[in-house]
Amino acid sequence: MLDLYLDVRSAVSVYMQIVHQVERAVRCGLLTPGDRLPAAREVVAALAVNPNTVLKAYAELESGGWVTSRAGVGTFVAETAPRAVAADVHDRLVRSLRDWLSEARREGLDQGAIEALFTLTVEATAKERVA
Amino acid sequence: MAIALEASGLGKRYGSTWAVRDLCISIPAGRVVALVGPNGAGKTTFLQLAIGLLTPDTGDPQVFGWSPRDNPTLVLARVGFLAQERPLYMGFTVAETLRMGRELNPKWDLALAEARMRRLEIPLNRRVGKLSGGQQAQVALALALGKRPELLLLDEPVANLDPLARRQFLAELMESVAAEGLTVVLSSHLIADLERLADHLVILAGGRLQVAGDLEPLLEDHRWLVGPTEEIGRVGGTVVQAGTGERQCRMLVRGPAVPRGWTAAPVTLEDLVLAYLGNPDVSALAQPEAVPA
Repeated sequence: MLDLYLDVRSAVSVYMQIVHQVERAVRCGLLTPGDRLPAAREVVAALAVNPNTVLKAYAELESGGWVTSRAGVGTFVAETAPRAVAADVHDRLVRSLRDWLSEARREGLDQGAIEALFTLTVEATAKERVA
Repeated sequence: MAIALEASGLGKRYGSTWAVRDLCISIPAGRVVALVGPNGAGKTTFLQLAIGLLTPDTGDPQVFGWSPRDNPTLVLARVGFLAQERPLYMGFTVAETLRMGRELNPKWDLALAEARMRRLEIPLNRRVGKLSGGQQAQVALALALGKRPELLLLDEPVANLDPLARRQFLAELMESVAAEGLTVVLSSHLIADLERLADHLVILAGGRLQVAGDLEPLLEDHRWLVGPTEEIGRVGGTVVQAGTGERQCRMLVRGPAVPRGWTAAPVTLEDLVLAYLGNPDVSALAQPEAVPA
């Protein structure tokens, strides 16, 4: 079962943190369609958070097509959720990213510069795809 | 939506000093309310007025539509109160304490209270005085929850607990909110706790209401703005807090527009609370006020 956690120093609201963690777990294959999410009460007990926050996060995940809830049974990763990339593709992408990162560090880029470059490139290519 | 606690023009005076003054408040049922303010802001007085332990000098609070003064038994049956000093009989065992709860409360759920103690591994035959601070707090909470209140008022319930006991206490409290759907008003100085618990914020300053509302719209409504000091006049909305340097200034503002060329960042509950506590003359209440930009 997925272990949710909280970063209390983050400016990201508690409910968005839960949403992001579930999305990330699905994207990287930790959770696959049909897997059950922890019941809202279990999350409340484990994290000492407001139950409304957990329900809201689950509702958001459901409206985004990530999960479906079956009354009285639980909340499950939906068939419509984005599939995680296959393991071999995942490994290949990580390898090429590592190569790219070592090159960037060799050229003297620090963490901030690397993140900025990455974010800018992601945004630029996203625009190209739309255009 | 049902209103758990409502008051208008609520005031309480000690001699010539108003401990709570002209309080207008409306708390929807089902909320977990963070009650925040400096020491002496009137938090405890407000809670005691709400349950009828104090009689107001002005106004009359309503608990689920009932006045504690006119209908004390109706109100007391629906409200649980956990006072700061956690009044427990140290010579009683845990079992005796829970039985006392049964004698005093018509709706008492002894099985629930005992099950809660077992789950927390608190021995029923131990004297309360021999329990740790965290366990005593759990017994006091069980006593307050055992009467199955619809509104639970807690006055600094975790102030002197260690971090683990605090977490266990708050998890227990939130599980009850999940199970029973009760409304909670919780006064605390521990903002990091409130961040994960509360969905409604009330700030008192000098006995008056400074901020009141659902937390998420409040957070969305406020932001940090950073920009050149010479352009400070372009910032609209209400400035809650401003740090002005020679060239650049950073402000926590409430309001819509971000001036071109300024950067905006979201605020946390802690940012919001600290900004308002540091600037007691600025308020953010549900009814929009004419505040000069």
